[in-house]
Amino acid sequence: MRSVVSTLPRPDFRVLPLVTERNAHFWTGGAHGELRFLRCRACRHWIHPPSPICAVCLSRDLAVEAASGRARVASYTVNHQRWIPGFEPPYVVALVEIEEQPSLRLTTNLVRCALEDVRIDMPVRVCFEERDGVWIPLFEPDTETGR
Amino acid sequence: MSERRAAISGIGQSQVGRRLGRDPMELTLDACLDAIADAGLDRRDIDGLATYPGGWFGPRGFSGPGIPELQDALRLNLSWYAGGPELPGQLGSVIEAITAVGAGLATHVLCFRTVWESTAQGAGGRSGIGASAGGDGAGFRASGILEWTLPYGAASAAVWIALYAQRHMHEYGTTREQLAQIALTARRNAARNPKAIYREPLTLDDYLAARMISTPFCLYDCDVPADGATAVVVSRADRVRDLRRPPLRVEAVGSALRGRPSWDQFEDLTTMAMRDAGAMLWQRTDLRPRHVDVAELYDGFSFLALAWIEALGFCARGEGGAFVEGGANIALEGELPLNTHGGQLSAGRLHGYGFLHEAALQLWGEGGARQVAGDPRVAVAAAGGGPLAGCLLLVRD
Ligand SMILES: [Zn+2]
Repeated sequence: MRSVVSTLPRPDFRVLPLVTERNAHFWTGGAHGELRFLRCRACRHWIHPPSPICAVCLSRDLAVEAASGRARVASYTVNHQRWIPGFEPPYVVALVEIEEQPSLRLTTNLVRCALEDVRIDMPVRVCFEERDGVWIPLFEPDTETGR
Repeated sequence: MSERRAAISGIGQSQVGRRLGRDPMELTLDACLDAIADAGLDRRDIDGLATYPGGWFGPRGFSGPGIPELQDALRLNLSWYAGGPELPGQLGSVIEAITAVGAGLATHVLCFRTVWESTAQGAGGRSGIGASAGGDGAGFRASGILEWTLPYGAASAAVWIALYAQRHMHEYGTTREQLAQIALTARRNAARNPKAIYREPLTLDDYLAARMISTPFCLYDCDVPADGATAVVVSRADRVRDLRRPPLRVEAVGSALRGRPSWDQFEDLTTMAMRDAGAMLWQRTDLRPRHVDVAELYDGFSFLALAWIEALGFCARGEGGAFVEGGANIALEGELPLNTHGGQLSAGRLHGYGFLHEAALQLWGEGGARQVAGDPRVAVAAAGGGPLAGCLLLVRD
């Protein structure tokens, strides 16, 4: 049964985040095709969710930087319950760990992947879905690197 | 340890059920007056109040009246009070009361928790967080912790915790059949509890055939929204001698949170804050897990009870699946009777306080048809999932 592909085509509706000065780099980086985070200039720690201080070295010298967009699935769930009208199940919610710093996770959706093909540890890469100027980072199987 | 200056002296509970349509204040009063009388106290003896998560907090039905309303309704003279959500889980409010009593700030603290989620949700099913806040969805924007989950349809703790359960299965080979034992055990116990919501038999086949909510969770892995209020009285251990009940001494509490306070950034995806709370509890007592006669462990989702079993050291990390397999260990007559009232899975989602209520009932030998044999003297009550966790070890001397 290779029938159902997760969250494609795009859902009729997504709850959008409240975009603020602090998180705009994350939610609009997709306009440039980039997965962006705050990063500590002193110790190079990637920071998420955005915070005005580096939790590792307490530096406040932070800058926005693009990550590679490559990540690995740490866990996933195939959601079958309709929680939000317009965002129709089934869809895959995944936790992905970014390549640069696996302790940094994102809750996301896996797309362009059959539900039954999702695996923990599978390599994925970022893609974006734009709505009202917000670029939602999603992840799809990373077939190129084949890591 | 200073928590030993506190004891549970009485418990109370309102009617519990689905869509009772009753005023949440009425439910609260029923539970609170019941608990005061159960302790052999008069309302004039109550000089402290504690509640979780505070009045009318969160989505409709998630909480009832807060401290000021209850104080005013009963015209209590308070030396100390606290109500709020930023605590070590639902039982964090009881730990606060224990702390206040240990510090001499109060003598008899009434602790309560009221839910009316079943009536609030009406005939519809459980809705997603933010779904109602969104109305038609057009104007609502997610912020706070929901900013990182709602855009992805992760609009329920069912989804957030399913991710942990799946990871546990991946790392340790835990199976759905093992997880099922949490739900089946709860249902068997609920059949012996006249106040439980779901009492009809549930088989493994029923479980495996049930519709999926968010893999690996099916319908029976998720607790049942309920209406009801629960209350306990926390008293100074040196002021309980003349009361109605043998006091249940607070031997130790666990309130730690050492990992990131987050549903998706906690470093170990096979456990949650209960890892820290459970470890802390055993650092504060000479008793060991083998001394526990009955365990009332939060099962808002089945996997949480399994994670609590590991966190409290009833088995090694990763061996929760094997421990509950077949259900013998956690049965009423097993080595660790679990959720003897039916848990939130079958008895109803009283949100944490139901476990403490049941632990006390068992230690007083009043479990009726579900009473654990052998005169239990040591019980653990634990509540919370994700970054929320708090637990108590109670002893009847
Ligand atoms: Zn740094």
